[in-house]
Amino acid sequence: MAAGAPTSSRPMAALASLREPWSDRRTEFALGAVACFVLAIVVGMVVFVFSKAWPSFTENGLAWFGDTGNVNQQLDRIQQPGTAEPVYEFGAFDLIWGTVLTTGAAVGFGIVFATLAAVFIVEFAPPVIERILTPTVSLLAAVPSVIYGLIGILVLAPFIGGLVSDDRKESVAGIVSLTGENWTLAAFILALMIIPIMTAIIAQALRQVPRAWTEGAAALGVNRWRVMWTISVRAARPAVIAGAVLATARALGEAIMLAMVSGGSAFAPNPVDGITFFFEPTRPLAATIVFYREGLANPAMAATLYSIAAVLLVSAMALSIGAYIAKQPLKKYGIRT
Amino acid sequence: MATAAPQQPKRTGAVESLSTWRWTDRIALALCWICGIALCVAAASILLYMAYRGLQYVRPELLFDRPTGEPDQTRSGGIADPILGTMMLTLLGTALAVPLGVCVALWLVEYGRPAGLARLVESGVEVVAGTPSIVLAIFGLILFQQSWLGWLSFTSEGGGVFGRSLINASVMMSLIALPLVVGATREGLNSIPGHVREASYALGKTKAATIRRVLLPAVRPSIATGTALGMGRIAGDTAIVIILLGNTLLIEPQGDAPLWNVLTGTGSTLTSYVYENSPAGEGGAYEKAYAAAFVLLLVVLVLNFVVARIVGGSHAARSNLWSR
Repeated sequence: MAAGAPTSSRPMAALASLREPWSDRRTEFALGAVACFVLAIVVGMVVFVFSKAWPSFTENGLAWFGDTGNVNQQLDRIQQPGTAEPVYEFGAFDLIWGTVLTTGAAVGFGIVFATLAAVFIVEFAPPVIERILTPTVSLLAAVPSVIYGLIGILVLAPFIGGLVSDDRKESVAGIVSLTGENWTLAAFILALMIIPIMTAIIAQALRQVPRAWTEGAAALGVNRWRVMWTISVRAARPAVIAGAVLATARALGEAIMLAMVSGGSAFAPNPVDGITFFFEPTRPLAATIVFYREGLANPAMAATLYSIAAVLLVSAMALSIGAYIAKQPLKKYGIRT
Repeated sequence: MATAAPQQPKRTGAVESLSTWRWTDRIALALCWICGIALCVAAASILLYMAYRGLQYVRPELLFDRPTGEPDQTRSGGIADPILGTMMLTLLGTALAVPLGVCVALWLVEYGRPAGLARLVESGVEVVAGTPSIVLAIFGLILFQQSWLGWLSFTSEGGGVFGRSLINASVMMSLIALPLVVGATREGLNSIPGHVREASYALGKTKAATIRRVLLPAVRPSIATGTALGMGRIAGDTAIVIILLGNTLLIEPQGDAPLWNVLTGTGSTLTSYVYENSPAGEGGAYEKAYAAAFVLLLVVLVLNFVVARIVGGSHAARSNLWSR
């Protein structure tokens, strides 16, 4: 910083004093300042996003969360109002329903799958398989979402599209088009993405259940499955919940993969439609921001997109508080997660 | 921590016969096996399919040619710019995240007073960890479109700040890596027994000197783990790239200053290249998308392998280090 000013001695003196051993107070002050800087960025993020989102929330009120018409048309009108006045009318119900549906299905399936997989890794897997599975789980958690999206859109979507009969496509013609990209596929890939995260959290907690508890049960003649299910999983239940909550947060924020495979039209799949329901497209909240990213230059559109971001931010914060609360009972047992 | 536990007798193999189990328990056991094997199969099929597609389409010239905007796929060039973009973004993002993260972790574990502020900082890091990257991306857009940060990106004639540049994207990327670095470093610091610090104080070292000479060298493997995890996250993120990096196919420098013009310019990475060349983006170049995705997967695999090596090596090393 001060290297460009060799003529004045003050910056050089300041630099030289930096190289001397730092006193404790100075170190504490410097490290604390960095920590406060990070905190300031977080606070700044919340304030910035909400201030930008404010017009959309004040114009719509609680109707923002309601169903006030076709979301695609609303967004188009916000983008090109055709009048001098900016239009803010927006009801995100379809997008929220799409988010709830994909996230709920993925987490609901994932929680069962991940618990069983974690039990398998910790207790039943032969050492050879366990040595393969543990790195496999961390690998699956590390695969970038865009690769999941690519496989989904190029391999799985055409396959699922082939399963939909022409009759079924005609039955909803004019409302939505049934391609292979639908909420079921989105939920499936989402589950594949969050299961490794949940499995890792649950397996870690299962490993830390006091050995005396499980051995006590085994000594009473309980079989290995029952020991795992009634003692270990019961003791690690807070970790199961915490894992599910963290996975929900991850699923809520997933934008790119969902933008690629969920079908891209803001439609609320209706369970009344029977089997067709499973083939209906949707578009979750986060994916909507990706879809309309070119519209960020338009103030009204930006306000709408930032309001979506604000809702995501608040949900993510609520979920991380939820995970923190869910983990509290584990501390009682001395299990660290 | 496992080190405190006394030596456990090793459990012998399965001596129990399944025939005494109730059938519900047998079904449950079968489900466990199915779930475990399904995870292996899923990972193997993803890896093998990407390897098959990747080896089919990756050519040496593809890796070193610069892309062109040609719609004709035989002349659309290679993926040199996206590869370079991923490398620069990952390195810059990590270079910003690691010092910040280590300082925050040191302050939290070693000082952490006033306690209220420490709790706040802790939850702040949690909030960053939970924030979707798409939200970070559009937060970055408002932040860097402020006129006082205009020097970090391209400013138009009318004074409008574009807000998209390599340096802006890496600042936001560093926020993605930050919680991982903080978490890993804290874990490492917490696992250093208190008597190590006390020994250092007893020799007359100040707290600052203890941190620099004793604690930091000891947590180096933890910092490395966090760094590699963070690099994997940065290399794999798409949302910040397509919104904050400008998402131009080529690396487009702004201005004349060498190096600085690249930092304030726009570009693309492997993730945004895959997204744009998939049916979801504009281009329909599946071969190119597969090839880029394969390269990306290799990068992530290598980083994952590095983490496994560090974690595997440091466990043994650390328990020896302090118990000698």
